[in-house]
Amino acid sequence: MQLLLAILFGVLLTAATWLLLARSLPRMILGLLLLGNAANLAIFAGGRVLGTAPPLVAPGAQALAAGAANPLPQALVLTAIVISLGLMAFALVLAWATHEATGELDAEALRDSEPPGLPATDPVAAAAAEPASAMAAVASRRAA
Amino acid sequence: MIVLALVLLPLLAVPVAGLLLCRRPSLAPAFALLPAGLFALLLAMPAGSTGSLPWIPTLGIALAWNLDGLSRLMLLLITGIGAGVFLYAATYMKDEAKLHRFLATLSLFMAAMIGAVLADDLITLFVFWELTSLASFLLIGFKSESPEARRAAQQGLLVTVGGGLALLAGMLLLGSAAGTFRISDILARPEALAGHAFTPWIVLLVATGCFAKSAQWPLHFWLPNAMAAPTPVSAYLHSATMVKLGVYLLARLNPAFQDDPFWQSLLVGAGTMTMLTGAVLALRETDLKRVLAWSTVVALGTLVVLIGLENPLAATAAVVVLLVHALYKACLFLVAGIIDHETGTRDATRLRGLMRAMPVTAVVAGLGALSMAGLPPFIGFVAKELLYEAKLGTAGLLPLVALAVNAAMVVVAGVVAARPFLGRPAPTPRAPHDPPVAMLAGPVLLAVLGTAFGLMPWLIADALVEPAAAAILGRPTEAKLVLWHGFTIVFYLSLATFALGIALYLGWARVQPALAGIEALDTHGPNRLYARMLIALGRIAAWQTRHIQTGSLRFYIAASLIVTFGGALTVLVAEGGVAWPSLDPLPGLAHLVLGLLVAAGALAACLLPGIVAQLMAAGLVGFGVGLLFLALGAPDLAFTQFTVEVIAVVLILGVLARLPFRRLDQRRRGEWRRDAALAGFVGLTGTLILLAVLSVPFDPSLPEWMGAAAVPEARGRNVVNVILVDFRALDTLGEIAVLAIAALAAAVLFRRMKTREARS
Repeated sequence: MQLLLAILFGVLLTAATWLLLARSLPRMILGLLLLGNAANLAIFAGGRVLGTAPPLVAPGAQALAAGAANPLPQALVLTAIVISLGLMAFALVLAWATHEATGELDAEALRDSEPPGLPATDPVAAAAAEPASAMAAVASRRAA
Repeated sequence: MIVLALVLLPLLAVPVAGLLLCRRPSLAPAFALLPAGLFALLLAMPAGSTGSLPWIPTLGIALAWNLDGLSRLMLLLITGIGAGVFLYAATYMKDEAKLHRFLATLSLFMAAMIGAVLADDLITLFVFWELTSLASFLLIGFKSESPEARRAAQQGLLVTVGGGLALLAGMLLLGSAAGTFRISDILARPEALAGHAFTPWIVLLVATGCFAKSAQWPLHFWLPNAMAAPTPVSAYLHSATMVKLGVYLLARLNPAFQDDPFWQSLLVGAGTMTMLTGAVLALRETDLKRVLAWSTVVALGTLVVLIGLENPLAATAAVVVLLVHALYKACLFLVAGIIDHETGTRDATRLRGLMRAMPVTAVVAGLGALSMAGLPPFIGFVAKELLYEAKLGTAGLLPLVALAVNAAMVVVAGVVAARPFLGRPAPTPRAPHDPPVAMLAGPVLLAVLGTAFGLMPWLIADALVEPAAAAILGRPTEAKLVLWHGFTIVFYLSLATFALGIALYLGWARVQPALAGIEALDTHGPNRLYARMLIALGRIAAWQTRHIQTGSLRFYIAASLIVTFGGALTVLVAEGGVAWPSLDPLPGLAHLVLGLLVAAGALAACLLPGIVAQLMAAGLVGFGVGLLFLALGAPDLAFTQFTVEVIAVVLILGVLARLPFRRLDQRRRGEWRRDAALAGFVGLTGTLILLAVLSVPFDPSLPEWMGAAAVPEARGRNVVNVILVDFRALDTLGEIAVLAIAALAAAVLFRRMKTREARS
């Protein structure tokens, strides 16, 4: 059983990574959705499969009977499910707002803050951002 | 304890100067009372005061001090020359709007310098040492509107602080080799270091730090550039005190290493190169301050050579040269500043015949220059005789080098102090006249002292020179200072020096342009190398920025995943963590079918062509996982998962309906393969990690306790619910907070979008 859960975790992680690396923002959000599921499975598996009965204390009993599932990871996963929904929903709105602002959904095109190829390869342009002495040295070498 | 006042008073003066002088600049001259008072205090205080305050006792680091002969001599120079310089600066810079800041920084420097010289703990010394570098940076760059000053400040800082890093490494090695950071303890047991494997590294690293600070070849180039600082700074920091700090530390540590051949050859070699370089370059310059700066480089080289020599006489010579140089060089710098201030230029080729207009200055300059040239009856003569005597004992070319270099010093003395005052007056930008008394007081006092000590060397022999020389040697020594030695070989060497120097001085007008014309000296050498290294640093930064900070979101995700999972896998494999958990309990048929469903959904979510179909497949994964939870005894999870999955699919669909989405994945074939490989790697690594986790023996005490405590303590039969609202209620509170923040952020984004729409 644990092997099955571990393999499923790997499969979901693979799919999530593949989608996160996509160029389109909606596909990246699907990746987030799958990543949340993968994480939940991992937490659940971490508590081992102690039994398959729901962790409910039978009426009249004072403690969980043997054969009940581990309640702790369930509580943790319950929290995690809701949080991954919140994360996904926020990312979704963010992608939407990005599209409204830039008209783009292509992750490679979203480069306003870090345009590709900066700092420049050209030594003079590169030196413009460097200390004055370096700039002067380059300028004098150019002149020579 | 009164020793601490020496550091604390100048430190206290920093804010006082900054705040008080800002409002009342006319009080500036009164600030000279601070160093003067400290000087008087020192004169009254005998050497030998030691003590310490705890700082980091667990590491054996303390604020320890040791006022011995060597540090007392240095302190007298720092405070005595400081008094003259403070007074001078208050007049020299009286029209300067930032005068309060200047004097505050100067006080800070003085505090740092006093602390460094007093320190008996390597780490304490290092902290003050770096503080002097910072103060020097601020003072060189004081005219911050000048690009030249900023450049020089940066250069000085990078060289001295870069050397400081080497020094720190050397000190840490020294501390671990000797087993203590207390300098006096280290010096008391030199045998602990004699055969230690660290010793060559300690010598190299400590010497590098000292060489950078004291402008030794090949790190000498920053000092002449530092002349961009106001003249009081050049006189105080860059000739009399700060640049002597490296020499001081070499002298301080000399008892521990004096028998080490590497220490001796390193010091003598670097010092000799420094002397020669400085002497040649001094003869190329026409700017009075730069000429003096190169001659300071020569003096520092001489001091390093003298410390490196084994001869006990060399230690005495070193102390006398240190003292003499501080006296005449500070004096001459202040004179150069006066000339600059009163005539508007400090170009030696344009200054002639100032004697008539500035008689007092001329006399002071003459006294300083004669001491520098080493003529009797000045203290400089005593120093030079000692120098020759100490070096004569050594084999090789050292005496010849010393002869040539001292001749160059005669030329420098002539160029700075004779040439501008003699001859027919030449026109200057301003009409020259003697400066006010406040500016003359310092140089006059220094010149008079230089003469007095020359005529009466016994004034300093017992009180100052002997204890300091003993500290350099690590054993008592006798310093006999006499003005007249008789007709010995030393005297004839002196005569030869004067002859050569005077001949060179008479030909200076031809020698200087000839030397200045050698372009190779400008286009090669460490100064140039420094500029290249700065450019290279910028290039490397640009290169790595281009390759690491690419601006591609997908690159960042990929890089983070590779680092995280690659690192985790490396640790897993290296620590032998790869393991298989037990197969028990075996999955039932229903579990296998659900597993297949989830896997198929994940595959479909990746490969289906349309985004809506992909979304449906992702939803299938969610429902499959929910069913799996149900089958594994987690109905609460299953129902939450169903609800959440529905909300997610509906939300995404609702947003997608408003976006112009492309049907197909835009990845090219090459990217496709690369991403698939990375995804497979991440998934496989994740599986391996989870398998390793599951192989660890399980400790059931926590779920057992929760199962047993739910009913009696929390009155709940659904243990999961009890955990959520009771045992781990804070987690739930956090979860609600996260949701609230996400909702708030989403609401803000929505509102922005609405206003944007309304505007357009």
